[in-house]
Amino acid sequence: MANQQPNSGNPRVDIEYRRKKSAEEMRHQVITFALMIFLTIVAFVAAGYEGFSGWFIVPFILILALVQVIFQLYYFMHMSHKGHEAPSLFLYSGAFVGFITIIAFLTVIWW
Amino acid sequence: MATEQKMTYETWPASPEKQTLEAKNKFLGFWFFLGGETVLFASLFATYLALKDKVPSSDMALAKDLFEIPLAFIMTMLLLTSSLTSVYAMYHMKNFNFKKMQLWLGITVLLGLGFLGLEIYEFNHYVHEFHHSFTSSAFGSAFYTLVGFHGAHVAFGLLWITTLMIRNSKRGLSLYNAPKFYVASLYWHFIDVVWVFIFTVVYLMGMVG
Repeated sequence: MANQQPNSGNPRVDIEYRRKKSAEEMRHQVITFALMIFLTIVAFVAAGYEGFSGWFIVPFILILALVQVIFQLYYFMHMSHKGHEAPSLFLYSGAFVGFITIIAFLTVIWW
Repeated sequence: MATEQKMTYETWPASPEKQTLEAKNKFLGFWFFLGGETVLFASLFATYLALKDKVPSSDMALAKDLFEIPLAFIMTMLLLTSSLTSVYAMYHMKNFNFKKMQLWLGITVLLGLGFLGLEIYEFNHYVHEFHHSFTSSAFGSAFYTLVGFHGAHVAFGLLWITTLMIRNSKRGLSLYNAPKFYVASLYWHFIDVVWVFIFTVVYLMGMVG
């Protein structure tokens, strides 16, 4: 069986180690979540603020969305873990085709 | 290792979602599906951006007349929080704590239901107050297709997670059902990924003009 647990010869120690590792990861997840909430609030405030022009707000909130999605993919969906080479290929290929589609539709209505 | 074998806290592996061949295939196949979903949603976003505010007469509601910050904000918070609660569920799954996993999945479902309820209220509000419907304009068609498709994903995700919870409620965790829970939680996160772009591109950019 392809089991990737660390092996110290003492199963009890290994379990403790894994528990600590995953508790630590869960703490990082909560921090990620706090950052995502923060980015969301910044985006909503920026969009609601009258003083900024659309030429600033639109690229700004798009960048915030992109950062938030990267957090979601790499931390919540574990793409930062090992063994995610194929998922990255699939997702980035999809994102690439999607990007081309959006560019095509936007340039079609440009004028 | 037999997938139906009774596991204990001690024998539960570090990556229970990828132990069997079936689980590995499921994991790979599901990410392939998510790549396809990305293309699907991107084309719906492209259509929406091209048809935004394209209405047949000048007295019809445009994006800036329709959308309200507070409602979009509450919906975003509900969905974002449900993403965290499903991370908690997977954390307990990896620690072989079935009860806590079920509890957090239950909370995820409730938050998702709250989101869906608000979306139904929102659509109903647009149709009755603004006469902004699926057939009223190209803008309406593009809007309801994009946001409605996302809403349908939420509804399907809720059905999926609830079914898994009920089907496995008396079985406990095994290497057979752990990948099922894991993949369902990936799907739930992906729904949130799409929503991040919807609230930015549809709601916030709609309010900016």
